[in-house]
Amino acid sequence: MIIGSQKPIEEIWDMVKDFKKVLVFGCNTCVAVCHAGGEKEAETIASLIRMRAAQEGKAMEVNHMGVMRHCEPEYFDPVLDEVRKYDLVLSTACGVGVNFLSERIGNVPVYPGINTSFYGAVEAPGRFVELCAGCGNCILHLTGGICPVARCSKTLMNGPCGGTNKGKCEVSQEIDCAWYLIVERMKKLGTLDRLSEVLPARNWSTSRDGGPRRVSLEHIREYEEREEKKVEQAGGKKQ
Amino acid sequence: MKSGSNLERVIMSGRPAVTAELGPPMSADPHEVMKKANILRGFCDAANITDCQTAVVRMSSIAAAVIALREGLEPVMQMTCRDRNRIAMQADLLGAAALGLKNCLCLAGDHQKFSAAGKLKGHPGAKNVYDVDTCQLVGILKKMRDEGLQEGGDKLEAAPKLFVGASWTPMADPIDFRPVNLLKKVNAGADFIQTQGIYDVEGFRSQMEKIRNMGLHERTAILGGIIVPKSAMMLKYMDSSVAGVSVPKSLINRMNKAKEEAGDDKKKAKELQEAEGIKITVELIHQVLETPGVRGVHIQAIEWESAIEKIVKAAGLYPRPDIPEV
Ligand code: SF4
Ligand code: SF4
Repeated sequence: MIIGSQKPIEEIWDMVKDFKKVLVFGCNTCVAVCHAGGEKEAETIASLIRMRAAQEGKAMEVNHMGVMRHCEPEYFDPVLDEVRKYDLVLSTACGVGVNFLSERIGNVPVYPGINTSFYGAVEAPGRFVELCAGCGNCILHLTGGICPVARCSKTLMNGPCGGTNKGKCEVSQEIDCAWYLIVERMKKLGTLDRLSEVLPARNWSTSRDGGPRRVSLEHIREYEEREEKKVEQAGGKKQ
Repeated sequence: MKSGSNLERVIMSGRPAVTAELGPPMSADPHEVMKKANILRGFCDAANITDCQTAVVRMSSIAAAVIALREGLEPVMQMTCRDRNRIAMQADLLGAAALGLKNCLCLAGDHQKFSAAGKLKGHPGAKNVYDVDTCQLVGILKKMRDEGLQEGGDKLEAAPKLFVGASWTPMADPIDFRPVNLLKKVNAGADFIQTQGIYDVEGFRSQMEKIRNMGLHERTAILGGIIVPKSAMMLKYMDSSVAGVSVPKSLINRMNKAKEEAGDDKKKAKELQEAEGIKITVELIHQVLETPGVRGVHIQAIEWESAIEKIVKAAGLYPRPDIPEV
């Protein structure tokens, strides 16, 4: 899932202080699991802003709300009219949610209420770790299920580098060397010999290309377009 | 000959090669490079010109290499994968070759965090590149030189004739994977290898035995790395903190003894330790060169270039062979 982390309240205050009517809008999927931007956290942020506004003697209406997901219109469409009544939406969804809502909300600014950190997992309660960088061309079958793009400090394809120190990365004793883990894992799986092949230079266009990357499922697109046409021919608007 | 560089000629002659290291200054003044080049000239076959080592901004390796070349010292330009994508890399390689450079050492490069590890502010917030890694860069260079093709497949009108090197840390963990690590660099096309500094000669020899069994010593020229110790403190630091370097107790004890002999006299302590450091270096050079499969030494006297003359002479490696271009 997407892991987010809280922004310092100072930074949030700087963003919101000149608005009169602010909605802190939470997302109850990924960022709720990591306690950064669910409805509960939106509520907390809203009350922190209210306290701050009172301290500074600013008249400001601050409310909160939450929906299941900010990345699919069907979840926020039902509340969109309500959301549009505000001067500012401070979204505590991930950056995807902030972008997506911005495009659909009309003339209300949507600001980021949290930092979107990475794609990660719950390593232990309250501890999250990045495990994938969404590079668009997964090679985990070649690296024992351990991602060198996200987890090696240098995104090496043919590691380890000379900096591995007692299983740790040269960058810090706190960071496991991804390539140390890869070698040890493949040893256990009996597939270490596969690592003697040089992995060629990657085509990074799957990772960072011109404009946003898109995935299009043709069968679903075709079906949708057919349906839309039917509705059009019937002279109506698709619900 | 792949490049016709002096380093390649010496290696091909079968005589033990000697490379040294020249660190460019944090300055736009060429004189520092000229000075160091003149200190090293004649005492090594080529000198590595580091590429923003520890991620600290210094005069670029290519520029400093050209200055060294003009002073009559053959440079080994270094190129890290940290700061350039494949477009910049290939452009720089063409430019370097056009300027007369003939050796290139490919490296991953220290992570940008290192730039702020010491007293400097550095650039720990820089974005690193790592478009390609060392093995891939070696492969790109080989393809440019041997096939006259860019990585993307476009033709080069004139190929860069570079002798391609890579580094190797024989004793970092996972230790049993390190020979495979070298195999990959050799398969990618590394003509020569400079190793991380060796103090634990026994450990190095046992890795070299595996290398010989794989036949790698015949497919690439391995130059054993020697880092000249300056003080007991430096040896202890290297032992505890530098990846893939372990220093036998006996060497640390020898340096400690040299230090203690000076009593409270700080200046003398420095002199005695430096003298012992040079002695240890000469012994290490002999032990490394006696190891079957080793074709030379890479001597790093970090910020102490003036030690090289003494070391090379004491090791019986002077004068350096003069092998004419054919
Ligand atoms: S290889 Fe790419 S897609 Fe696969 S885990 Fe790593 S970053 Fe994610
Ligand atoms: S030490 Fe390991 S994780 Fe760190 S950069 Fe080198 S290979 Fe990658």
